[in-house]
Amino acid sequence: MNENVTTSDRQQELAARRTNQFYITPLVDVQSTPESIVLHAEMAGVDKTGVDITIEDGNLVLVGHRLPLNVPGDPVYVERRALDYRRVYELDPSIETDKITARVEDGILTVTLPKAERVKPRKITLE
Amino acid sequence: METNRYLPYAQSELSAAFDRFATLREEMDRLFGSRFGSMARTPASFQTWSPPLDVYEDKDSFTVVIDLPGLKKENIEISLREQNLTVSGKRTAEENTGEQGFRAERFYGSFQRTVNFPAQVDPNGVKASYQDGILKVVLPKAEAAKPKQIAVSAN
Repeated sequence: MNENVTTSDRQQELAARRTNQFYITPLVDVQSTPESIVLHAEMAGVDKTGVDITIEDGNLVLVGHRLPLNVPGDPVYVERRALDYRRVYELDPSIETDKITARVEDGILTVTLPKAERVKPRKITLE
Repeated sequence: METNRYLPYAQSELSAAFDRFATLREEMDRLFGSRFGSMARTPASFQTWSPPLDVYEDKDSFTVVIDLPGLKKENIEISLREQNLTVSGKRTAEENTGEQGFRAERFYGSFQRTVNFPAQVDPNGVKASYQDGILKVVLPKAEAAKPKQIAVSAN
């Protein structure tokens, strides 16, 4: 089996996978701080090339495409579902969508959604 | 999953009712017999972290693949005793849980999975790698366990 997946092979594979209808819902931890909302999504087997984050109609769509598993041999016992990951969140209008950042490391996709200034807690001083 | 049965004749209400029970029974069997069957039987199991694993085999080796996102290599322990491979590890919950709220779906704490191999493995050749949240352990088979071709001689 070819160990080295070239970039265009991967792109073709991703293009085919994007039409896939079956996904796994990843486990996601959500943290809310005064500055932003942070999501940690568990997407094992997903690296930078496999992440698709889009915003459609006020919804944040997180998709992770798994890397092909280059394993010698045939499956003897299977528990893992080798499907891609997908989860959709409805975004509060107070999220600054153009400042959303994301990174993926060791199969964890971290998405930071900054909150707009106007909803951050503010102290009101007495005159 | 609903399966619709299209019968060439009309069913009496009683037999239609029995049919629905049969479908329910099939669904329950499928639930209890599936991978999550043991979880369905013991609700406490929903709380333990059991990362899913696969085992692959070819003529020279076994490969164990486990989905373990977000772990550090130093927190994963792999040990082999005779024909049993045990993978364990731990992950502590994030310290900063966000002042305004936190929703935890991911499992934390420790996990342990054990795989028993039907053939002898060579403990000196075992290699493990952890990449993008996937742990792969390749265990070469001991020479004695590899399949051998036996030539048939004509007499």
